[in-house]
Amino acid sequence: MAAIINMGKGANMIDFLIYALLAGLGVALVAGPLGCFVVWRRMAYFGDTLAHSALLGVSLGVLLNVDLGIAVTAVCLLMALGLVALDHQGVLALDTLLGILSHSSLAAGLVVISLLSDVRVDLMSLLFGDLLSVTKADLWVIYSGAGIAILLLATLWKSLISITVEPELAAVEGVKVARVRTALMVITALVIAIAMKIVGVLLITALLIIPAATARRISATPESMAMVASLVAMLAVVSGLGASWYIDTPAGPSIVISATLAFCLSLGLKQKG
Amino acid sequence: MNSPLIALESISKSFAENNVLQNVSMTVNRGEITTIIGPNGAGKSSLVRVILGLITPDQGNIKRSKDLVIGYMPQKIHIDPTLPISTCRFLQLANTSHDACHKALDLVGIPEVKNTPFHKLSGGEMQRALLARAILRQPNLLVLDEPVQGVDFNGQNALYGLIGELRSSLNCGIVMVSHDLHLVMSATDHVICLNHHICCQGKPEQVTQDPAYLDIFGETALYNHHHNHQHSLQGKVSDDGGNHQHGEGCQHD
Repeated sequence: MAAIINMGKGANMIDFLIYALLAGLGVALVAGPLGCFVVWRRMAYFGDTLAHSALLGVSLGVLLNVDLGIAVTAVCLLMALGLVALDHQGVLALDTLLGILSHSSLAAGLVVISLLSDVRVDLMSLLFGDLLSVTKADLWVIYSGAGIAILLLATLWKSLISITVEPELAAVEGVKVARVRTALMVITALVIAIAMKIVGVLLITALLIIPAATARRISATPESMAMVASLVAMLAVVSGLGASWYIDTPAGPSIVISATLAFCLSLGLKQKG
Repeated sequence: MNSPLIALESISKSFAENNVLQNVSMTVNRGEITTIIGPNGAGKSSLVRVILGLITPDQGNIKRSKDLVIGYMPQKIHIDPTLPISTCRFLQLANTSHDACHKALDLVGIPEVKNTPFHKLSGGEMQRALLARAILRQPNLLVLDEPVQGVDFNGQNALYGLIGELRSSLNCGIVMVSHDLHLVMSATDHVICLNHHICCQGKPEQVTQDPAYLDIFGETALYNHHHNHQHSLQGKVSDDGGNHQHGEGCQHD
């Protein structure tokens, strides 16, 4: 009897691990190509800002009793579109705007959470991710989000590369620059919303840019860089989870450290292209 | 066939109360090279952007021919080295055919760089690669913003020669921006001297005799620029008591 219970428990733990692994791999898959655009277009701080605003999304979601995933996606989207509009006015430099939005939304998120006295929100898991608590429902959300993001990236790929290389040339050649740029913002918001569960608000940008920066060393085309970045991110998920399982470290930070190690190793390789 | 490719009528545009373009009209025909010259900040690039459809003027009309296809060569371009892209791939953004890209590189005289990463091209190679991308869409209007910038003297002559050949081989109209008429003189049919408004225009030899042109570029014209009116940093003509002369058709006070 005891043996059966033990077995059941073991199977449960394996379920957890498999869910965590699948969730991490799903996010890693889309983090590769999206992370490349974050690197190419120098959007790292933009990613941070959206990630910080995700916390506000969570707290508003709890406050208004809305599904957290939807709340986070909505707040990230609003923040992204707001940034586009503010940047268009050209009153302040973009990094100043990003700094204002990033920190005010982080602060607002923390304040709203503190006001929710009857609800206990696990701040640590928001900030650093909670991969080992992934449920089947989470997996559905992650894979549909990642699927939509990858589909959009693939469809818009040529236009995205074109506006990244030179937006005015792209516009003259018939690319709808504003539309494609907005789509990229939407994709970024979507991916940040689903990645939050994996590595947490504070480390999302790392999961985007470190694999891409690693891939740059060995890639001579945009496509190979995107694919290698996905592979590096997936490898980081596997080894980060492994570390978490065997030496009991927090999963999100372990994944980021794995990616960083891969980046350090890549520095020894000869730069391609 | 003989209708103009593009006709601008009384275009005005201001940015933050800066009247960058004032009442500018011009037409471009097939097989004709028009050169826009003018001092820094005279609104040349803004005029080019209006032609390209990148900025919408505050006032005035633009008529584009129905079959208008524009090939654009920007002044310069910076590609972040984190983006790995070969020159051939860069060209394929305009036209996906491999063959067409190789032919275009042959035509501009740099077939050897097709696999070179774009950000590693030299200044002259980059200008040629940009020209190659501009012609890849089989344009009937080529818009070239300072096409020889950063190219050495011999290279400049070669590039202008190439541009002249393209006019006949593509039978396209060409709009070119330059801040120096001297080199483009022989290769241009029509010159527009721009300083927010059109100061004067005509054939190059007429323009160089025009008092309004001389006012902007000075008596010794092409090498030394003497101004009898001062340009502020924004390129505005500062108050000079209104004593600069106006060319024919110049309508400002």
